[in-house]
Amino acid sequence: MYDNSMKVEFVSKSQNESFARVAVAAFVSQLDPTIEELTDVKTAVSEAVTNSIIHGYENREGIVKIEAFIKDRELTLTVEDEGIGIEDIDLARQPLYTSRPDLERSGMGFTVMETFMDSLKVESKRNKGTRVIMKKVFNSLS
Amino acid sequence: MNLEFQVKIDKLLVNMRGELDHHSAEEVRNRIDDRLDRDGLNKLIMDFSGVSFMDSSGIGVVIGRYKKLDLKNGSMCIVGANDLVKRVFELSGLFKIVKLYNSVEEAIENI
Repeated sequence: MYDNSMKVEFVSKSQNESFARVAVAAFVSQLDPTIEELTDVKTAVSEAVTNSIIHGYENREGIVKIEAFIKDRELTLTVEDEGIGIEDIDLARQPLYTSRPDLERSGMGFTVMETFMDSLKVESKRNKGTRVIMKKVFNSLS
Repeated sequence: MNLEFQVKIDKLLVNMRGELDHHSAEEVRNRIDDRLDRDGLNKLIMDFSGVSFMDSSGIGVVIGRYKKLDLKNGSMCIVGANDLVKRVFELSGLFKIVKLYNSVEEAIENI
């Protein structure tokens, strides 16, 4: 069904944010993305993984799972945690909203994902976890 | 993230090198706040020219410093933001409250 896919799992430590970006960027490089496209994906991954670490697991230890699928020139990316979940997804997606103003967060995480990717879907269950599904078509020609 | 500080008369210039994400943000904010307090300064110039990656954590770091300095009647600005860094800042409307200058010299003259 898919042309290619990959899966990585890692402990929810902030040191792994850069690992997650680089892992996804390396996988996406087979689509010969432009630097801008690659940065878009890295930024979106960074936001989703950061959300899982600070909000999903509230800095406790858990596993963050990333899966990436390529079909033609479209990337589907899922970032998943088994954390506390999001009570009100619509509220969480609003620009500038943050559930943790004490952390100096900007509340722009979902807005960045939405802007830099073509689509964003958020699925969440209280105390079960959250899954973010993002898609992006790469227009650059190989 | 590598930070280099220089005091320009009454202004603190911080040159940042590396990737600014949630992981590095805490160290960046602590070291900048610490340096401002220690030197008794309330004017800050953040040089982003060495920042190779930034997510929305960067917005939080800048707004946080802006608020702190505002309480001390201080001011701050940004220089050297490349297009990738600028795109993230622009999403938040940050440049309405924190000015962006093209060069350190221009920033020093204007804040």
